[in-house]
Amino acid sequence: MELVLSLVIGIFAGSGIWLLLRPRTFQVIIGLCLLSYAVNLFIFSMGRLTVGAPAIMPRGGFVNPAAYADPVPQALVLTAIVISFATTALFLVVLIAARGLTGNDHVDGRETEQ
Amino acid sequence: MMPGPDHLIIAPILIPFFAGALMLVYDERQRSAKLVISLASVLATLLVAIELLVRAEGSELVGDNDIGFYLLGDWAAPWGIVLVIDRLSAMMLVLTGLLALPALVYAAAAWSRQGQHFYSMFQFLLMGLNGAFLTGDLFNLFVFFELLLAASYGLLLHGGGQLRVLGGMHYIAINLAGSLLFLIGVSLIYGATGTLSMAHLSNIVPTLPEAQRPLLQAGAAFMGLAFLIKAGIWPLSFWLPTAYMAGAAPVTAMFAIMTKVGVYAILRLVFLLFGASAGVSAGFGGEVLILGGMATVTFGFLGVLASQGLGRMAAHMVLVSSGTVLAAAGFVLLGGSVQILAAALFYLLSSTLAISALFLLIEPMSREEGGIAALLALTADAYGLDDREEDRQPEVGLAIPGTLTVLGLAFGACVLVLAGLPPLSGFLGKLGMLQGLLRDGAATPVLSWTFITLLILSGFATLLGLVRVGIQTFWASEGEPPQVLALEIAPVIALIGMILFLTFKADVTLRYMEKTASALLRPAIYAEGVLGAPRAADEAEDAAEAAAAAAAAKEAK
Repeated sequence: MELVLSLVIGIFAGSGIWLLLRPRTFQVIIGLCLLSYAVNLFIFSMGRLTVGAPAIMPRGGFVNPAAYADPVPQALVLTAIVISFATTALFLVVLIAARGLTGNDHVDGRETEQ
Repeated sequence: MMPGPDHLIIAPILIPFFAGALMLVYDERQRSAKLVISLASVLATLLVAIELLVRAEGSELVGDNDIGFYLLGDWAAPWGIVLVIDRLSAMMLVLTGLLALPALVYAAAAWSRQGQHFYSMFQFLLMGLNGAFLTGDLFNLFVFFELLLAASYGLLLHGGGQLRVLGGMHYIAINLAGSLLFLIGVSLIYGATGTLSMAHLSNIVPTLPEAQRPLLQAGAAFMGLAFLIKAGIWPLSFWLPTAYMAGAAPVTAMFAIMTKVGVYAILRLVFLLFGASAGVSAGFGGEVLILGGMATVTFGFLGVLASQGLGRMAAHMVLVSSGTVLAAAGFVLLGGSVQILAAALFYLLSSTLAISALFLLIEPMSREEGGIAALLALTADAYGLDDREEDRQPEVGLAIPGTLTVLGLAFGACVLVLAGLPPLSGFLGKLGMLQGLLRDGAATPVLSWTFITLLILSGFATLLGLVRVGIQTFWASEGEPPQVLALEIAPVIALIGMILFLTFKADVTLRYMEKTASALLRPAIYAEGVLGAPRAADEAEDAAEAAAAAAAAKEAK
């Protein structure tokens, strides 16, 4: 599972960075999305990988912390997802406005001379 | 009486939040109502900040621990989220308030009419700024950073136009990527240490197992990168001049503090995590700060010299200012004296005020036909002055007489502060840094002397660039003097007044900075203060027990 997860994070991050550096605004926004997926998975993995373990402990009595997943990264991921979702939506609006104002989808607002 | 938690500490976050939310209810036409609410909110926040500042200063008589804290939800640190107020955060809160008030008044003159929801976004920006200065938790810091960034995206686009949208797009893309770096850093630190509380981290770092140290340092480096993007360090600063130039005048005046948020986060974390007491990790990142800071200063003053317009020039001065503070912090981290840090903080305060004043001056100065307008014609498109502004309705309100004189004097004061010439406060800050560097320059002679040279050179370049513009605007202009409303010049005069206050009360302010700097260098006080913060419930229990014991003793008598 570790191998799969690290491969997924690596592929997401790699494609994200590649797209982020491209000149089209649409590529940039997709790159940012992929990069944020990679980061979210990465935060998740920092709480150590567990399978089938709940994150919330029952009230009272003795609880073995080893049988539970770390809840903090899960909470962090949730927050990060919400925030990146909102900011990406905002970025999309700016992107469309830029497209409307400049008439092309280059990040600098004008095509480079070939 | 039951000892309750100190609710005043959370007020700088809650006041702008409620004010901003309330104004969303009002229709866009009810501007005067919105203005009144905004002014009330900013004034209240400023008063609270000053009260907190006085407390942070005054409580040192009581003991060495002059830190206030607020446990959210009454969860004990390090499990809960904690708000911390100490000298540095109190100072930054006051600075935010002092910048917000003039910017708001200035915006009321004309700019708030150029788009939607200006006042609400302004309040949310204040909320994010205050929260970032107050929080004692890394993830909470991220949340407040996102808050202030989200508000700043909206504000930067305020007024619209092609240049703003393009500049804003670059700004948003860079900051989204920066936020992702921030998240990677936070999660790496959590993975290595298992905590996100800054105070707890500060205690853990010295005794961290060797195997975890690379992870922690990598995490800190990632996070530092995110802060340095905000602070505009070279080579992560190319977005900054365009974005700052594109923004509306009151917005950029407020943005003067946005780079300082990054600087603040660096100062706070670097001394908490990698201060002298951090064992093996002590001084981590110091070289990066010094070299990066110096590169930023170089880039900044070259940019000032190369700029054709005042807007671009002022944006490069932002870089000079934050680069100087970053480099000074690096020197202190590698064993420099307290004096350098104190002077750097003083410089931060005065240069931020001056840059804010300068950004507010740009638009009135360039309103006339001749003078700078001719110079600006070259970059008029790049300057954000689109038609929308030109065919604005004629101004209603009080236009001030002797406009050029007032503008010129205000401009002159800004030049003096930014170039670091006597008698104003910029000189005191730079002098303090030079003195400190000369005194303990023996440790790193090459770096120290380079920094000294750069400090002087950047002052000279600033003088050269600004005087060039000043001559063209005030002496060589032939046309009619510009029409400037009293409402637009008053904020600038207020900002200059603050700089004068900072200069004439230099003994008080410098002593405050010195104590702030020495408190920063002793992170143990911060850490123990936060971790030992008593819960309200516990305190109530203790009080009840004490009362019961007293009653029992009375009965026994």
